[in-house]
Amino acid sequence: MTQLALVIDLNVCVGCHACVTSCKQWNTSGWAGPMADFNPYGADPTGTFFNRVQTFEVGEFPHTQTVHFPKSCLHCEDPPCVPVCPTGASYKRKEDGIVLVDYDKCIGCKYCSWACPYGVRELDEAQKVMKKCTLCVDRIYDQTIPEDRRKPACVIACPTSARLFGDVHDPDSEVSVAIREAGGYALMPEWGTRPANHYLPRRRTAIRIHPDELVRADNPLTKEDVALPSADNTLEDAIM
Amino acid sequence: MHPAFSVIFLTTLIGAGQGLFLALYTAQSYAAFGLLPAQDGAAFHGPGSLMVLLLMGAGLAASFFHLGRPERAWRAAAQWRTSWLSREVIVLPAFMGSVFLYGLLHWLGWNPALARLSPDFAVSPQMLVGSAAMLLAFALFVCTGMIYACLRFIQEWHTPLTVINFILLGTASGFVLAAAFSSTAAPDLDHFFTGWALALTLAAAVFRVAALMRNRRLTPRSTLQTAIGVKHPRIAQKSQGFLGGSFNTREFFHGQGAGVLRGVKWLFLALVFVLPAILLATALAEPAAGPLWATFLLQYAGLLAERWFFFAQANHPQNLYYQAVA
Ligand code: SF4
Ligand code: SF4
Repeated sequence: MTQLALVIDLNVCVGCHACVTSCKQWNTSGWAGPMADFNPYGADPTGTFFNRVQTFEVGEFPHTQTVHFPKSCLHCEDPPCVPVCPTGASYKRKEDGIVLVDYDKCIGCKYCSWACPYGVRELDEAQKVMKKCTLCVDRIYDQTIPEDRRKPACVIACPTSARLFGDVHDPDSEVSVAIREAGGYALMPEWGTRPANHYLPRRRTAIRIHPDELVRADNPLTKEDVALPSADNTLEDAIM
Repeated sequence: MHPAFSVIFLTTLIGAGQGLFLALYTAQSYAAFGLLPAQDGAAFHGPGSLMVLLLMGAGLAASFFHLGRPERAWRAAAQWRTSWLSREVIVLPAFMGSVFLYGLLHWLGWNPALARLSPDFAVSPQMLVGSAAMLLAFALFVCTGMIYACLRFIQEWHTPLTVINFILLGTASGFVLAAAFSSTAAPDLDHFFTGWALALTLAAAVFRVAALMRNRRLTPRSTLQTAIGVKHPRIAQKSQGFLGGSFNTREFFHGQGAGVLRGVKWLFLALVFVLPAILLATALAEPAAGPLWATFLLQYAGLLAERWFFFAQANHPQNLYYQAVA
């Protein structure tokens, strides 16, 4: 069974809020929108966001680390927010594990937000229904978008690639490998909600080498009209 | 949590309504066994049931103010298999319906003996409908209490004491109301109701204080360390990600200082338990309609404070993420 999720690398996140704004842009203009904004330029702005980046200081000055912490619905595998919903508006999809709200059924009773320990559900003050991260469900399956861009908006926007997206039930997926190899963990494990989203901890930085850094991409030979040497066709043959 | 007045009025009004019905039913059961003088149904149980319905209706009306989309409220009956809120939405109208029937039977005085269990105990329509409504009243208390008690990470609520207190506080205020009502409409019952009201008020005091003591000793299971997964004893939030407010900063904080919380606690302990107990004990010796009505109003005002405190005291783990604006 598939369980789509985000893996967020706290070692890499610089707290730039690009995921926050790209999320709002995509979702306010898509299936989940509009996402209310009141007083956006006033003294006390408020509005609906699916994703927030928070900042924590760990340690005591001067020995401190600044941890930027992006936070959105974790698409729990055992989501406490779903069974409490009286209308069935909150549900977890069987096919990919995404937890969604049906905005046509939601009565705005807020009970699901009480039942989520992570505080990631927000009542939209304009539509008066509950909203939360959809993992860009209206984007990741869209056949009109080039395949490599069928990912949540936040993942594409992140300039440091701190956000990975994939199936955490597939042991060979990028996210599963990252969780395994970098010590990925879940938030508040004490409640047994089994969040699908994972976080990668702060750790000693290792250099990441991509294949295109090993092979010259601008190999001048490819620009010449010459066949590359093979076993029975040596470079000398090509020159002559 | 932020105490919402819609829910405060809902839970206190229907609690008193259920309690008042249980009082009417108790009196009728005693009368059926010849332990109390039988009452004129049209003068006592009929108007009493009407009062129950008014309280339930007022509570129901208050609950609609809690919903973002009240016009869709009917949808809330769908998930009774998993959701206590859904169960409450079903049981509440069922209870009101059976109370309506119960009141109507009394109003019309229609009570033929359907069967005789013994020469002086007859099974009657009033008893049957009353028993069904009695079961529904308890079911409704359990649903209302479980809505809060089932949320395992709101540790202040996640205890059987929550359900017990909803039952005891509701029945206590209902019996006080019955005592006041009977002192006007059926004076030979007010001693009976006043005794029950005193006993229930004292029992409620024991369990409410037990809940207060339990909650004082709670240690939160979630900490900033588990919330963000950093194992360091010193973590301080520097930014919550936005400067203004959000749903998360409004819905889960009561916004009052510890002093206000303490003040409301002592206020409700006095208004719900101490003063009514004294007044009820006095009324036992010397029943009078005025003081009994005053006792009900006093205790009900106290219950509003009690419910406010019940919400304000509940500490949601999500608050760990919203400790510093910037
Ligand atoms: S993070 Fe909260 S809203 Fe999302 S699935 Fe888990 S419990 Fe539900
Ligand atoms: S707010 Fe909407 S989604 Fe949440 S529990 Fe109520 S009806 Fe369900």
